[in-house]
Amino acid sequence: MSNLPASTAPASGIPTAHPLVKGEVGPGCAKVDPIVIADSVTRQFGGLKAVDVDHLEIPRGKITALIGPNGAGKTTMFNLLTGFDKPNTGTWEFDGKSLAGVPAFKVARSGMVRTFQLTKSLGRLSVLQNMLLGATDQKGEKLFASLFRPLWKKQEEENTARADDLLARFKLDAKREDYAASLSGGQRKLLEMARALMSKPQLIMLDEPMAGVNPALTQSLLGHIKNLKEDGTSVLFVEHDMHMVMHISDWVVVMAEGRVVAEGPPETVMKDPAVIDAYLGAHHDTDLGELMEDGPNPVLEAERKAHEAHPEAEATGYGDTPPAAGVEETKR
Amino acid sequence: MDWGNIFGNAVGELISPTTAAYALAAIGLGIHFGYTGLLNFGQAAFLLIGAYGFAIPTLAGAPLVVAVLCAILCSVIFAFILGIPTLRLRADYLAIVTIAAAEVVRYVVTTTGLTDFTGAANGLSGFKGTFAAINPIPDGTYGFGPFTYSSYDWWVRIVGWVIVILASVLVFLLMRSPWGRVVKGIREDEDAVRSLGKNVYSYKMQSLVLGGVLGSVAGIIFILPRAVQPANYTTGLTFFIWTIMLLGGAATIFGPIIGSMIFWVVLSLTQGILYGAIESGALGFLSTTQAGQVRFILVGVALMLLVIFRPQGIFGNKKELSFSV
Ligand SMILES: Nc1ncnc2c1ncn2[C@@H]1O[C@H](COP(=O)(O)OP(=O)(O)O)[C@@H](O)[C@H]1O
Ligand SMILES: [Mg+2]
Repeated sequence: MSNLPASTAPASGIPTAHPLVKGEVGPGCAKVDPIVIADSVTRQFGGLKAVDVDHLEIPRGKITALIGPNGAGKTTMFNLLTGFDKPNTGTWEFDGKSLAGVPAFKVARSGMVRTFQLTKSLGRLSVLQNMLLGATDQKGEKLFASLFRPLWKKQEEENTARADDLLARFKLDAKREDYAASLSGGQRKLLEMARALMSKPQLIMLDEPMAGVNPALTQSLLGHIKNLKEDGTSVLFVEHDMHMVMHISDWVVVMAEGRVVAEGPPETVMKDPAVIDAYLGAHHDTDLGELMEDGPNPVLEAERKAHEAHPEAEATGYGDTPPAAGVEETKR
Repeated sequence: MDWGNIFGNAVGELISPTTAAYALAAIGLGIHFGYTGLLNFGQAAFLLIGAYGFAIPTLAGAPLVVAVLCAILCSVIFAFILGIPTLRLRADYLAIVTIAAAEVVRYVVTTTGLTDFTGAANGLSGFKGTFAAINPIPDGTYGFGPFTYSSYDWWVRIVGWVIVILASVLVFLLMRSPWGRVVKGIREDEDAVRSLGKNVYSYKMQSLVLGGVLGSVAGIIFILPRAVQPANYTTGLTFFIWTIMLLGGAATIFGPIIGSMIFWVVLSLTQGILYGAIESGALGFLSTTQAGQVRFILVGVALMLLVIFRPQGIFGNKKELSFSV
């Protein structure tokens, strides 16, 4: 089950079976060992159905990529699953426990921790303090115990050691004592991810973790994410960089206009006509004829062209079409 | 002009019980705003509740401890009433509710219907007995120069400043702890703190209660040298406390104390100098009543200059503030 399923994929066309999947591969397919199961989750903003997911399962212990054009509802889906937003309908469970209607902090405590597309570093706390805030079950966070340092000193030292270890891995150790506000955008992304890891989550949900991180560091970050999997953490991440998606994910879920339009292993999902449709919808400016040709991968090509056309998009992290950036600013 | 007298009065303000009371109220507000980011524009209400919560039971014959506990309990209840509906909402809701609630309680204690309990507009007096009774200092006057006070006056000062110091130690211990880290995190971005599994609502409530209790104790210290006067608890009082907190530095340990000392010394100096100048005819166009008002105009100007030129206050960290988002 742990091997990559590349061999099962025929050279052309879409495979119908996969070791992660129970039954047939397709949008909303059941997984052998799911950690998250969502059912008929919808979220309406005025007339717009931002999320309309009939059924979705996220495999346990795997790296799952959630992709889709801007405005597809990926961030909204994150917000719903983690209790930061309330759906109009729907239920979902995490690790067998229903989380519908559970407040965000309890979701995090149950082992499902998320990061934000627009980073939320705590500016006027030091990088180390940011990290320590991520640790769970701290005795010193209780009002009365906090007054007596001996009660929490030892735990604080252990947490500090863990934090230093993570900071070193994320190349932030030199910034340990600096205010988080003094970090660059990419460093804040790293800090937010490292901080989320302080709680040793079972499932970590990363919303565009690589946006704004410089390419050299991206490589080592990819390594960290893979290591997370080795340690048994499940990963769900939103990413626009298709090379990264291809490189590290075991499973890819594609959303468009609020729906899950395709699912599959990374090698084949990009060939799914529904995915090509979804991305073409987002690239009105791309030459359709060229995309429809039997290229190596139409979606990858579309992504590449978009990045060439708008090189700043990668730096700011707003994926494909810059006009959508304004929308992203308005919400968490 | 009698400069000796003017300066004598001014340095006397350094240790006056009023200075202690304002410092304590500013320490409480510092927990709210400086550390947790709560916009409390009704700190005057906590002082009012402390004052009446202490004076009413005392006049009804309650022992000192009971009266103090009553004042504290009332402020805890008041904090819950303010916090339960607003702390789940955006920060500005608390600001609106506190400013309105402070006015409501002031009007309530002023209504003639409650004259038997609150004394309505006349307020309350004659509640100092229980506090004076435990004064260990023998009768007489003590001290030197401008610091010459009666036994009771010393007792109020000692108790007031000991409480201020204890409150400062409390804030120091809290804010170096993981608890303090959580509330400071909430000040920066409460969603981030939520995403890390902290019950943000509960921490905001704890902070609101704690700062409110300090405000109510400040209210008790404030009335020990005087009578309870409802007119003292206007929004003006709240803004003086804000001035003091910002003057010293909102998220600092010594800021509220030094801020309060400077505030009262400067008020006393300007009063002395203005009155002196009026008496000697140098400012013949002003009456002494007008001079009293001019002082508070100066306070407003000083607050504006402060926010423009030293927004972090005296003790605040410039770097910390310059990052404010
Ligand atoms: N708070 C909101 N209010 C109104 N519309 C929103 C809000 N949040 C998201 N939307 C809309 O929902 C859609 C999905 O947005 P989002 O989940 O951010 O997409 P993605 O993360 O896939 O780019 C977009 O059309 C966006 O405009
Ligand atoms: Mg998004």
